[in-house]
Amino acid sequence: MSAPFDLNDESVVVIIGTGAGGGTLANELAQKGVKVVALEAGGRHLPEDYVNDEWASFSQLSWLDSRSTSGTWRVAKDFPGLPAWIVKAVGGSTVHWAGASLRFQPHEWKARTSYGAVEGANLIDWPIDAEEMAPWYDAAEKKMGVTNTNGLPPLPGSNNYKVFEKGARALGYKEVHTGNMAINSVDRDGRPPCQQTGFCFQGCKWGAKWSTAYTEIPRGEATGNLEVRENAQALQIEHDASGKVTGVVYAGPNGARLRQAARAVCVAGNSIESPRLLLNSASSMFPDGLANGSGQVGRNYMRHLTASVYGVFDRPVKMWRGTTMAGIIQDEARHDPSRGFVGGYEMETLSLGLPFMAAFLDPGGWGREFASALDGYENMAGMWIVGEDMPQESNRITLNADAPDQYGLPTPNVHYSDHPNDVAMRDHAFRQGKAIYDAVGATRTFPTPPYPSTHNLGTLRMSERAEDGVVNRFGRAHEVNNLFVSDGSQFTTGGAENPTLTIVALAIRQADHIAKEMAAGAL
Amino acid sequence: MLTLERRGISRRALLSQAAAVGAVAVAGPGFIAAPDAAWAMETKAVDPKAMATLLQIARDIYPHDHVADRFYAVAIRGHDDAAAENPAHKALIEGGVAGLDALAEAEGAAGYAAVGWETDRVALLRKIEDGAFFQTVRGGLVVSLYNQKELWPLFGYEGESFSQGGYIDRGFDDIAWL
Repeated sequence: MSAPFDLNDESVVVIIGTGAGGGTLANELAQKGVKVVALEAGGRHLPEDYVNDEWASFSQLSWLDSRSTSGTWRVAKDFPGLPAWIVKAVGGSTVHWAGASLRFQPHEWKARTSYGAVEGANLIDWPIDAEEMAPWYDAAEKKMGVTNTNGLPPLPGSNNYKVFEKGARALGYKEVHTGNMAINSVDRDGRPPCQQTGFCFQGCKWGAKWSTAYTEIPRGEATGNLEVRENAQALQIEHDASGKVTGVVYAGPNGARLRQAARAVCVAGNSIESPRLLLNSASSMFPDGLANGSGQVGRNYMRHLTASVYGVFDRPVKMWRGTTMAGIIQDEARHDPSRGFVGGYEMETLSLGLPFMAAFLDPGGWGREFASALDGYENMAGMWIVGEDMPQESNRITLNADAPDQYGLPTPNVHYSDHPNDVAMRDHAFRQGKAIYDAVGATRTFPTPPYPSTHNLGTLRMSERAEDGVVNRFGRAHEVNNLFVSDGSQFTTGGAENPTLTIVALAIRQADHIAKEMAAGAL
Repeated sequence: MLTLERRGISRRALLSQAAAVGAVAVAGPGFIAAPDAAWAMETKAVDPKAMATLLQIARDIYPHDHVADRFYAVAIRGHDDAAAENPAHKALIEGGVAGLDALAEAEGAAGYAAVGWETDRVALLRKIEDGAFFQTVRGGLVVSLYNQKELWPLFGYEGESFSQGGYIDRGFDDIAWL
C-alpha cells in the first residue's frame, strides 16, 4: 500500500536510489514508521522481466547515460564511455550483482594504521571498526540469507567451482569454499533455492538471489510509509539559508521538473552519480558543491583491483552452468607485505557467456590468437580477482560542464589510474590464478584486464575529521546536518571484499541512527 | 536473413550475374553470395564488391575455421543497413575497403580479397587497425558475430536456461575428468 506523499510534505525523508544502500535504508526506515519518498532514476523490472541473454539484459538494465573517462586505466581505452557496469532500475545494482557477501576483515577498517603510510595513497582509518559493525553485519546476513551463516547450508559446487577448488587445493590453499552468498541454498523468506541457471548478472529469474527490487522495496511499500517514484532522476539538492537541505529537484517520468520537500536527504546513487549530484548542487553557500568544504567530494574513487584469469583445458568445463560466483579462495585476502604490496585479494569463480566473453576476454583483441581462445570456450574455467585498491585523491569524479545530459546538467567524468600497489597486487593475483589452473592441467591461460567497474566506491568518504572526508561515522555529512550518504560512496577504503554486504550493514545502522535522531528531535 | 532465391531469380541465373571477390564471396548487382550459392544476401547501400571484401575482412579479424561464411555475412549486414540510413557510414565502409584494396594493390594483388594468404591479409589489417574504419568494423563485429544464437552451439554455449529449469538437474556439476 504505497502512500503517495505530497510534494510539499516536509516531514518525509527523501532517499535517492533504491539499490543495496538506498533500498535497504528505505525499508528499514519505513518499518520504523518513518515516511520515505525514494527517487529511482530507472524503471521497475522484476524477475519475470529478466532475460537470460547478456546483451539484451545489458540494454534492459544498465545505466547507459553519457559519461566520460580519463586516466591511465585500461577501461578508459577499452570502454571510454562506460566506466561502470551498474544498473538503472528499482533495486539498483542488486539486480545484477553476483551475491558474494563478505565481511571486511578487522584490519581493513584501519587501513592507515594497518598498512602505514603508502606513498601516493590518501589512506585514513575508518571511524568505525569490526567490533562496532559486528551486530550490523549479523543483521545484514540474516536479512539477505547469506549461505554459511545463521545455519544456512552452502551452495553446491558447479563444474567451474570444482576446477577452481582442485587447483586451489593443489597449491595448498586452505580457505576454499562455495562462498558466503546472498543466494538461497534452501527455500527461504518466500523465495526458492538457486536452480543453477547461470545468468546471475542478468537478474535472477527465480528470485533466489537477494535483491532490494523484490525484498526490501515491496516490504517497505507494504507499510504504507514508503513511496517509490520510478523514472525520477534527481537533479539537485536544495538548502535553506541555515545550510540545511530542504528538498530535491528531480525530473519526473515525462521530463517535468518537480521538487520534493524533505526533512532529510539520503544520497545512494552509486559512487559516480552520488558525488555528481552534490557537485551539481553547488550554491553560493557551497560554491564547490554541497557538503564539499573539505574538497573531498568526488575524490578517492575506488573500483577494486579486479582482473580475471581464464584457463582452457583439454576437456569441457561448461563454466556457464550454475551459480556464477559461488566459489572463493580467501587465503590471499590477508595483509602480508612480504608479497610486495599492502592489503589483499579474494579469488572468486566467474563465468561469462560467449557474447560477453568475446567482448571482455581481451578488449580490442583480434586475429587468430584471440579467435583461438574463444574456440576453447566450452573448455574454459574462470575466476575473478577482487582486491583492495588504494584511495588516491586524483582518482575522482568531476563534471563535464561542456557536455550536458538530457536535463542540461553536466555529465560525470571518471578519472582513474592504478597505484603501484594495485599493479603489484594484480600481477601477483594473475600469477596465482594461472598457477591454480596450471595445477589442474590447463593448456592455456589468459590474464583478462578489468571490466567496466561494478564495485564503485569512495568519492564521499567517511572520516573522523571533517577535513579528511565528507561524512561522519553514520554517513552523515560533516557540513550538513540533515544530509546523508547511504551507498558505497561513503567507503573510507575498499577492503578486499565485494562491498554489498557492508553497504547493507551500514544502511541498517544508518536507519537506526536516523530514527533515533528523529525521536530525539535532532533531525 | 540470408536468402537463396532473390526476387524469383534462380540460383543459376543469380550466379551468372556475379563475379568472384576473393575466395569467400561473389558480388553481383545488389547482392553478394557464396561461390556455390549456399547463401546469398541482398545489399541495398554499400557497393556489393565492397561488402564481399568486408566479409573477408570479418573472417580475418575473428577467424574461426569451424564457422561458416554465412555467419560472417549476417555479422556484417548491419553496415549495409547503417549505410542506407547514413551517407557518412557508407563513405566510411566503402572508403575503408578502398584504402585496404589500395594497400593490397601496392603489393601487387588485385585488391584485399585477392590476397591469397591469411597471413598477408592480416599484415595489411595491422597497418590500419588503429583507424576509424577498422575500429568500427571490429567493434561492431565482436557483438554481431558472437551474439548470433545460431552460432552458439558451434562453441558449445547453451544460452538461455531458465525455461528448462536451469541446470540443477541438467549437469551443473557433471564434470567427470577432474
